[in-house]
Amino acid sequence: MSAVASPRVQRTAAGRVQVRTGKVEIGQGLHTALAQIVADELGVALDAVDVLPVDTEHSPDEGVTSGSLSVQDAGRALRAACAELRGDAAQVDADAVGQSVAPRGLAAKLAGLPSYIHDLEPAGLLHGRVLHPPHTGAVLQAFDAAPLTTLPGVLDVAVDGALLGVVAATSAQADAAARSLAAVAQWQGAEMPDESAAQLQSLPATTRVVHDSGRAPVAPARVLKARYAKPWICHASIAPSCALAQWSEGLDRLQVWTHSQGIFNLRRDLALAFGLQPAAVCVHHVEGAGCYGHNGADDVAYDAAWLARSHPGRPLRVLWSRADELSHAPQGPAMVLELQAALNAQGSVLHWQHDVWSPGHSRRPGRSATPALLGAWQVHQAAAVPPSIDMPLATGGGAERNAVPGYDFAAVQVRCHSVATQRRSSALRALGAFANVFAAESFIDEIAHATQTDPLALRRRHLQHDARALAVLDAAVKRAGWRATARPDGHGQGLAVARYKGSGAWCAVVANVEAGATLKVRRLTIAVDVGLVINPDGVANQIEGGAIQATSWALLESARPAHAGWADYPILRFSDVPVVDVLVMPSREPSLGAGEASLGPTAAAIANALFDALGVRVRELPLTPERIVAAMND
Amino acid sequence: MVQLQVNGQRHEVRAPGSARLLDVLRDELQLKGTRFGCGENTCGACHVLVDGRSVAACDTPLWACKDRELTTVEGLPETLRAAFLAERAAQCGYCTSGVMVTAAALLQQHPQPSEEQVRAALDGHLCRCGAHNRIVRAVLRAGQAA
Repeated sequence: MSAVASPRVQRTAAGRVQVRTGKVEIGQGLHTALAQIVADELGVALDAVDVLPVDTEHSPDEGVTSGSLSVQDAGRALRAACAELRGDAAQVDADAVGQSVAPRGLAAKLAGLPSYIHDLEPAGLLHGRVLHPPHTGAVLQAFDAAPLTTLPGVLDVAVDGALLGVVAATSAQADAAARSLAAVAQWQGAEMPDESAAQLQSLPATTRVVHDSGRAPVAPARVLKARYAKPWICHASIAPSCALAQWSEGLDRLQVWTHSQGIFNLRRDLALAFGLQPAAVCVHHVEGAGCYGHNGADDVAYDAAWLARSHPGRPLRVLWSRADELSHAPQGPAMVLELQAALNAQGSVLHWQHDVWSPGHSRRPGRSATPALLGAWQVHQAAAVPPSIDMPLATGGGAERNAVPGYDFAAVQVRCHSVATQRRSSALRALGAFANVFAAESFIDEIAHATQTDPLALRRRHLQHDARALAVLDAAVKRAGWRATARPDGHGQGLAVARYKGSGAWCAVVANVEAGATLKVRRLTIAVDVGLVINPDGVANQIEGGAIQATSWALLESARPAHAGWADYPILRFSDVPVVDVLVMPSREPSLGAGEASLGPTAAAIANALFDALGVRVRELPLTPERIVAAMND
Repeated sequence: MVQLQVNGQRHEVRAPGSARLLDVLRDELQLKGTRFGCGENTCGACHVLVDGRSVAACDTPLWACKDRELTTVEGLPETLRAAFLAERAAQCGYCTSGVMVTAAALLQQHPQPSEEQVRAALDGHLCRCGAHNRIVRAVLRAGQAA
């Protein structure tokens, strides 16, 4: 394994403070927040704190940067390291925490300076492109690669099982060679099944009871049921995945630079894939474009290492295409949710049943007997594709995340029906919480409507035990002016609230929509409680960004197994982005992550606002004009 | 050799006339601020100004830039950059170069644009982090600062 890790926090002779964290910067400003924590703990200026680059040789192994846990976990570790460094000295009065500061590196990005992995250019760099088969299991047809090797600048055409690649001297030459290769390469094999939400319940499933409390009433006054669905969704980052790899001359040591969320896990799987000891592999994290989960960053690292092996001693970059990014990266899986509530005569919920059908939400590297790397499944000596799993609920869960309601219902049962799909499911922002909160918070609205109760009052009635949930709810509705005035025809206002993972940040969203030929989201008013706020504007940015991404998912997005480009995978554009008003609650409680809390409540608030506008309930995402019309005709 | 005028500087470029402007800027002139996002003129990440017009460098051949004045993100006015920094108008920042270039073109034409004009002008630019509203505020601020 790696050499003894350097201390997490160190003072240098020059009076600066160096911070070693194992958590990586994925475009959320995490390293900025961590620097603020250290500056405060040591009573030094924020500018004097350097967060060092993260790699598997020098940085502590803090697992994957995911689950909205980084500020709380890495922040706690750094506070402890600072306390140790201070010795007996008490924490000095300082003011970095609680200040809104710009993310580190932003000024350089705005100046157009090299800032991303795409901009690295070590001496002797070679350029590679990899062609993955349309899906794992497809068989490459024989073809003559010889003419391709005579193309300008081409050094190498690699063929290994179903995986193809080219290596060239320049990026443009690599692109040209990849186009020529794509024109002659053909794969044969069964077409990829669609495995859309509509088909999930017909697939074989393994059922587990996630939560079972209280007893279902024998003779409820009323029972309501509804089924909801969410489609597959692409990460759709603005930059295609990119990595560099360099082998030692003797092929006994591998260095990789990539934008992975989990560099230690990746190191382990690269070692597995190439028959090395983990200590022989060093993975360096370099920033890519915004990352929202398990995207192509690990796969492209394999691709680079696979191509670079034929050029020992030379660094080689592999850059995916836009189509690769939308077709070969893992997707957030489709889900189906069936909810049932037993009510008493007063319309209170006595028993709540939440059933989830879903593929697993995690097929990350570092967790299986074989590497979880796309190319490793497609070469001649193919590794078995590991299963997609859900982590236990105690560590956040996957499909069942947020399926256990935060309301004080007397009896609750939650079951997860895990299905295996050929489509490649893995972690996308908020995992199961997005669909579970969409479904549960839509269903609460349906119960309120069925019992002629105000949806705010019904939620408040069942949240009396959770003061912080009530606080965000009350703050959001006050700020939004909850149904204070009559809404014009076609305008609606909807509400949703959830505590992320049941253990993270509380978030309430009020959506104002206008339903014409298409559904327009005009305003989102959000209140969030993340405990002690390190960087208020950083929190607002995460909450607002999550809400806008969730609006895009809720209105537009549904992924097929493959997409040729942006033209057939539209996302929300500037002219359709709603006003987003974020209220960050002041708090001295322990800090909680902000990255994923707003997505589920946003989708539910929009669906509830649509119901308020038109009186129709659309239970399947995205909320397209076709689905709205179909619901009206039901 | 093609002569190229970028950010007020003259360059002799070795790439063939058919080369993508994006590759010439990034790989030959080492101007990495112009970002690659799709290569198909569908995302806006690689926009540059050609004689003041915002175009996709991935969809512009080198020959079309002969005798034209090019401006990349590196050559944009400091006031625009300052406005983006003041509004913290980014998360990951990858789409921002192209956005700023189009904003600069808009501000040339409409020094004090309305919010609707800003949104319409930027509609061809995709942002996945959800920084849109901050970006709009930054462009409006830059308009006021000018």
